[in-house]
Amino acid sequence: MSENKQKRMAIIASKGTLDMAYPPLILATTAIAMDMEAGIFFTFYGLNIVRKSTINSLKVPPLANPAMPIPMPNILGVLPGMTSMATMMMKSWMGKAKVATISELIQIAIDGGVKMWVCQMAMEVMGIENSDIIDGIEEPVGAATFLDYAADADISLFI
Amino acid sequence: MEIKSDKLLDCKGLNCPLPILKTKKAMEDLQVGQILEMHATDPGSKNDMAAWSRRTGNEIIETNEDSGVFIFFVKKTK
Repeated sequence: MSENKQKRMAIIASKGTLDMAYPPLILATTAIAMDMEAGIFFTFYGLNIVRKSTINSLKVPPLANPAMPIPMPNILGVLPGMTSMATMMMKSWMGKAKVATISELIQIAIDGGVKMWVCQMAMEVMGIENSDIIDGIEEPVGAATFLDYAADADISLFI
Repeated sequence: MEIKSDKLLDCKGLNCPLPILKTKKAMEDLQVGQILEMHATDPGSKNDMAAWSRRTGNEIIETNEDSGVFIFFVKKTK
């Protein structure tokens, strides 16, 4: 607003489940809408949020997740099909509540100028090729690049 | 007072963060001084729009509520 320097938010996205893919993207796109800068560093399982092969198939884990709306004992959560059932349920409420999909939020983030990096080391470890990363994401980088950006951030989050 | 808006944005049925994202985008099509009228049903939008206005400097000149629909009149200031 009246501040001279634009506010900045730096986020590390380290989780690759559907429920954990939302917070970094909701916050980053909203930050842009509020005239802030935002950057997301995708690492380890968080890389799945920006992989062509997984972006549309992120899942909700029913195992060791006591917050499921229909209580799911771990002994049932291990059964085949339970993960896809939990995922279908979450997608169905999200659809009913007209929440944006992960792909939509990624597109809004790219259009809005959210800086998005992928972790070179995690890509190496997990055997992820550059060609499997969606368009609009920066070249793979290391911790130093993120820290250089985050050092000037007003908000820093690890998700 | 009857406020005359220059653009109408319907965010009814949408949830966080879409009303804010769409409001921001809609403001880009307006000239400074023009007014956006936004309709939302997300109960969080009342506080969220106020926060967005404080942060971006765009002025909310009036907020009404009509049977579950929040109506915001936002003046573009820059």
